[in-house]
Amino acid sequence: MSGQPMTTKDQPRLYHRPMSTWWWLGKRTYLTFILRELSSVFVAWFVVFLLLLVRAVGQGDGEYRDFLDWADSPWVVTLNIVALAFVLLHAVTWFNLAPKAIVVRLRGRRVPPTWIAVSHFAAWAVVSAFILWLLVGAG
Amino acid sequence: MADSITLQVTRYRPELETEPTVQDYDVPLGKQWSVLDGLNYIKDQVDGTLSYRWSCRMGICGSCGMTVNGEPKLTCGAFLTDYAPGPVRVEPLTNFPIVRDLVVELGDFMRKLPRVKPWLVHDDEAPVPEGEYLQTPEELDEYRQYSMCINCMLCYAACPVYGLDPEFMGPAAIALAQRYNLDSRDHGSRERLDVLIEHEGIWGCTFVGECTTVCPKHVDPAGSIQRYKVTAATESVKSFLLPRGAR
Repeated sequence: MSGQPMTTKDQPRLYHRPMSTWWWLGKRTYLTFILRELSSVFVAWFVVFLLLLVRAVGQGDGEYRDFLDWADSPWVVTLNIVALAFVLLHAVTWFNLAPKAIVVRLRGRRVPPTWIAVSHFAAWAVVSAFILWLLVGAG
Repeated sequence: MADSITLQVTRYRPELETEPTVQDYDVPLGKQWSVLDGLNYIKDQVDGTLSYRWSCRMGICGSCGMTVNGEPKLTCGAFLTDYAPGPVRVEPLTNFPIVRDLVVELGDFMRKLPRVKPWLVHDDEAPVPEGEYLQTPEELDEYRQYSMCINCMLCYAACPVYGLDPEFMGPAAIALAQRYNLDSRDHGSRERLDVLIEHEGIWGCTFVGECTTVCPKHVDPAGSIQRYKVTAATESVKSFLLPRGAR
């Protein structure tokens, strides 16, 4: 006990528990949260990728072909597959959380939270179908 | 089924030790015994030196929150048979300093709570003879869920943001602010906005969502914070775009 401050009635010696650096591995929900946060990096990567594509298209045919060759390289393909997985996780987790932030009332009644989530997924499906039609159907 | 179960209870006696230890106790595995009943058995029959908080035994007072097998729980509502054959780890709520054994220091929350003015704020107090401030059932439904909070602190124990940044206002305080913001009789939302839009207010929340998962009263603090983010963002845009008088 030497060197330790004694506890007094008025001032108890509190014990502060340190928080582990690896706290997010302790629970599945914490891990999902951290992965969702990490997914933002991959969302940003897709934005950069898209901007690079737009720039290549703007600079002419040669630049565009160089971009396609670069995008076809194994490491870019691998990166994009990983990024796609994270972006899907990002979209699904956020759509599931949307009903928490959005409270809609129709004729005085609250729209059920599942409808809010379902409408997000439906909008996603419609937009995806439209893009697929642009790429495949209209081509 | 075995007739007893082991509780592995955190002990911290600041006059004896510098950090918490674990002590095992065998308690009867009663069919309807909660973890709190087990602790009361220890206190009454085995070891009177064990310290913990409790009061109502029926999920109303919010005193007996502890960490049971890693999860923040009201120990009066956590049944030993659900943890059989055990052992059951009983620890103090995480993210709070330990005073003694299973008792944590809640002063931080007590200092934060009044900052969000969790009471009805009126611009003009109507004279008593004018009667009550009336409210329709629909207006009651707007905030009723948030009024169920019993300040048990399970949400703070589940929130890693609060664990990492103790300055964060925290789930219950923000949910209680929303309880009054959404009350048709209240006029204090402007005053609360100034506190809640600070960095340590709503924007500190990264939406882990565990506060809502562990809440024993289904208050949904995470939902209240996200809804308030939408409100605060709308107010910020309004204050930027509209002249002062039109807000």
